[in-house]
Parts: sequence; C-alpha cells; structure tokens
Amino acid sequence: MVWTYAKRTAFYLLVIGIVVESVFPFYYAIITSFKSGTSLFQVDYWPTQFSWDNYQAVFSRGSFPQNLANSIIVATLTVALALLFAVTAAYALSRVRFRGRSLLLLTILSVSMFPQIAVLAGLFEVIRTFGLFNTVWGLIFSYTIFTLPFTVWVLTTFMRDLPIEIEEAAIVDGANPWVIITRVFMPLMWPALVTTGLLAFIAAWNEFLFALTFTSSNSTRTVPVAIALLSGASQFEIPWGTIMAASVIVTVPLVVLVLIFQRKIISGLTAGGVKG
Amino acid sequence: MTTESTAPVIATVALPRATIRSELLTSRIRAAMWFLLPMIFALAVVAGWPLLRTIYFSFTNASLSNLDGAQFVGFSNYLRWTTLKSGRILWSGVLADPAWWNAVWNTVRFAVISVVLETIIGMVVALVLNAEFIGRGIVRAAILVPWAIPTIVSAKMWSWMLNDQFGIINDIMLKLHLIDHKIAWTANADTAMTAVLIVDIWKTTPFMALLILAGLQMIPKDIYEATAIDGIHPIKTFFRITLPLVRPALMVAVIFRLLDAMRIFDLIYVLTPNSAQTKTMSVIARENLIDFDKFAYGSAESTLLFLLIALVTILYIWLGRVNLAGGDR
Repeated sequence: MVWTYAKRTAFYLLVIGIVVESVFPFYYAIITSFKSGTSLFQVDYWPTQFSWDNYQAVFSRGSFPQNLANSIIVATLTVALALLFAVTAAYALSRVRFRGRSLLLLTILSVSMFPQIAVLAGLFEVIRTFGLFNTVWGLIFSYTIFTLPFTVWVLTTFMRDLPIEIEEAAIVDGANPWVIITRVFMPLMWPALVTTGLLAFIAAWNEFLFALTFTSSNSTRTVPVAIALLSGASQFEIPWGTIMAASVIVTVPLVVLVLIFQRKIISGLTAGGVKG
Repeated sequence: MTTESTAPVIATVALPRATIRSELLTSRIRAAMWFLLPMIFALAVVAGWPLLRTIYFSFTNASLSNLDGAQFVGFSNYLRWTTLKSGRILWSGVLADPAWWNAVWNTVRFAVISVVLETIIGMVVALVLNAEFIGRGIVRAAILVPWAIPTIVSAKMWSWMLNDQFGIINDIMLKLHLIDHKIAWTANADTAMTAVLIVDIWKTTPFMALLILAGLQMIPKDIYEATAIDGIHPIKTFFRITLPLVRPALMVAVIFRLLDAMRIFDLIYVLTPNSAQTKTMSVIARENLIDFDKFAYGSAESTLLFLLIALVTILYIWLGRVNLAGGDR
C-alpha cells in the first residue's frame, strides 16, 4: 500500500517536473517583460510588478511594428503559395499512377532534408538577379524551399487515404481533375490543410537564416531577426525588458494557435515524421 | 457451363472498356503533369538551381561583390598547397583549415549529445504521456509550448535566464548550493556548449516525445495485459517488448533530429555569438559567405555540409523504409 502510494507520488512529481520545466522559461519571460527599471535586475520567482513600459517601448521605438507586419505578410503568403502548389501536386502524386512517381517523391523528401546553408550562396545570387534582395518577396520566394516539400508530403499521405469511390463517382458525373480537386477533395481535406498550413506558418514565422541574410534594413526585417539584433543605447547595455516584451508578443499568438489546434498539429507532425 | 457462356461476353465488352479507360488514363496523366509542373518548377528554382550554383561557386574565386566574374579555380578552395623555398609544403583550403575542423567537431559533438539526451528524455516523456492519469491533456499541451516558441525567442529567453549576474539559473543553483559562484554560462568557453545543449534539448525534446508517443500508441494494449498476468517486471517489459516494438518509429525520429541538429544555425548564432567552442558548420559557412566576404570558401564549406547531410539522408530513407509507392492507385 505504501509502496503504490510512493510510486504514484513519484509519478506525479515527474509529471509536475515536466510541466514546470516546459512552461517555466516562457512564464519567466512574461514576468520579466512586465518589470521595469531596476527591479528588472532582481531575480523574482513570482510576478512582482505590472508595468506596460517595455511593451510601449517596443512599439514606439525602432521599427518593431513594421517587422511584425513583415512577419505576418511573409508567413501568410508563404502558406498560401505552398498550399496552392501542394494541393494540386499532392493530387497528382497520390491519385495518378505515372512513371517516375517514386523518384519524384524521393526527390521531394530529400529537398525537405536540405540544409538551408547549402543553397544560401546560390539563392543569394538568384534573389539578387531577380531584384528581390532586401524585400519581403525574396523571403516568401526562398521560404518555398522548406514549406513546399513538407506540405506536398503530408497532403500526399492524406489524400492517399481518401476512398477512391468518391473520385470514381465524380468521374462518372463527368468532373475533370480540377473540379475533382476543388469541389470533391478540398471539402474533405480541410483538416489536413489546416494542419499543414499551420505548421508551414510556424516554420515561416520562426525562420532566421534566410531572413538574416536576404534583408539588410530595419524596415524589411522579420521579427526573429529584429529580436536577435535588438540592441540598447550603448553596446554593452542589452535591453532585456524590451527583448522579453517583443518575445512575448511574437510568441503568444503561436502558443495560442498551437494549444487550440494541438491535436491536429500532433497528427501533422507524426504524419510528416513517422508515417512517411 | 457458366464459364463457357460468360467468357465471350467479357471478351466483347473488354475492348471498348479498355479504350475508354486508357483515354481517361491519358487525360488524367496529362492533368497530373500540369498539376505537378508549378511545384517542380518552384523547387527547381528555389532548391535545385541554387544548390548547383553553390557547388559551382565552391570551385571558383567568387566574392560577394563579384559573383558574375567568378573564375574557375578547381579544388583550391578545398585543398591546395604551395611549396616554400625552404622545401616546406604549406597546405591551405577548407580541408586544411583548423577552424573548419573545429566546426565539424562542434557540430558532431552537438548533434550526438543533443540527440542522445533528447531521445532518452523524449522516451521518458512519451512513456508518461502514454500512461493514463488525471491531467494528461494539460501535460501534452504544456510540452507543446517549447516547441511553439521561435528558436530566436527561446535563445533570448534562455540567455536572459543564463545571464551571469541577473540570471535565474545561477540564482537557483546558488540557492541549492550546486555552485559556489555565478557562472557566465554563454560567455565562458567551458560552459558555452552546455548552454547551447540545454536550450536545444529544452526546445526539441517535445518533438521527439510526440514522435515516440505516436509509435508507442501503435503497440497493442493486450501485450501489456499479457505481461502483467505473467508477472514480468515493468523494466524487463520495457526493454524486451516496448523498445523493440517502438524501434522503427524511434529510428526515424532519431535520424530526423540528427539531420536537424547537424544544420543548426540560429540558436548558436544568437545564444553564443563568436564562441569558437560552439561554432558549427552552418555558422562558420555563413560567416565566410557573408561576413568575411570569402564567398567561394564559404560555398565550399556549404557543399561539404551538404554532402555530409546527403549521406545521413540516404541512411534515413534506407532505415525508415519509407513507403514511396503508396497504395495501388
């Protein structure tokens, strides 16, 4: 009896440990972001102050609002583009048998494994040639490299599992492939579209290497780069308060989205990773 | 009797049906080609061509300001030698660059340690989540938080927590008497890699745990009932039953993470800038490409990293036994 009690207590201690360890850094960033002045440099485990100073500073100083807008534009358009290309491609890859399909799928899978740095030099040249350097378009263009293979892959797996009878019925009714995709499959696919769209959005929202390399001015940067380069009045003074406030601003929408769609995200992650 | 009478019927019907089918098939394949074209074109422009250009640049003397006028210089970015008058041979190029080999060592060290620890911790978390208990939903939601936080943000959050003077980590460890003086985690040469590992493990263990959990949930429950009836110790059950059954999912997750860890850039760039102890291949390649204006040299380093990752990718596809053919459609 005592033994089972001890075991249960140990188990719940482990559970509490996992939860605290996961959430604490974000919690600490939030309470830091509400501190101002000298209290910032006191270690507190509980909220002691509630001041909006840091948030005001983030929005009034520098180009943070512009960076936030850039991030939203880049992530949204990247997702739209990836889904548009991926839905049609996934239909072809999952529903039509043709020679070289396996090879094509293999190529797409290997592109998703590409180290971004391997294409950095070549992409830099392409982006400069097209005149996209230091624009949000350059980022949207380059983000296709990691959003498209992933969305194609997951949507192909999803479409493969849809019953063929639906499609046959549509063909008998004289529907062409475009109608089949937009009228028959799209309504069935929205859960998969939401999942992949969300994962692609998060990937684009968080991307750093391309955003750092392909933009050069404050007004075109996205939020991650802006936060990484946020500096204080002098070189040695790091504005921790504003950094934490900016961090909380960019993270809260993501955390909310992830918690709302957690089941879908987990299934999307496992479809991309395990199921193959 | 029946076979005799139906056979001719099939023969007469089969002919027109076959032509209709093949017409339908060709039109389907044609449509499929059109549907694939935008994606193939996009991937060619954004991945295929740039990769080829990177490899090409690695054999030239290109610089940031002079990409078009780059001249072919063979393998000299990789390895070249000059014989001095004294007869000594001077090696240079990426393969003779101690900074490069240091980055290779950092990358391998980081990738191996982080993936091993993430696998072990991820397994523990997955086993916890696979058990039934009150508040399981909350735990699952909680572990998604680190995953959802952008890497740059987590790097900043942790560099604040690991701050030498005002950081909470030092405060906790001092209070618990684990250390007797404050440590400059990110700046100190001895602890920089530890700091990077802590943040990376915190950030990516959830991903690992979820992938392992998906594998665990595929194991039929009655196996465990049988072992419980036979009175087999849980630890033995884990090593003899759970681990072998979850192994395919585990292998894929491990190699997936390994590929990710080998190309790490953002966390190290932000958390420990300019620390020779943590600079990985990606970091040093970008540094040469953009910051030091050694474009060709950086391209050579990128190419080498690509080759290494390609090798592991082949391993992944081979081990993962990915079902590429799909169903019968």
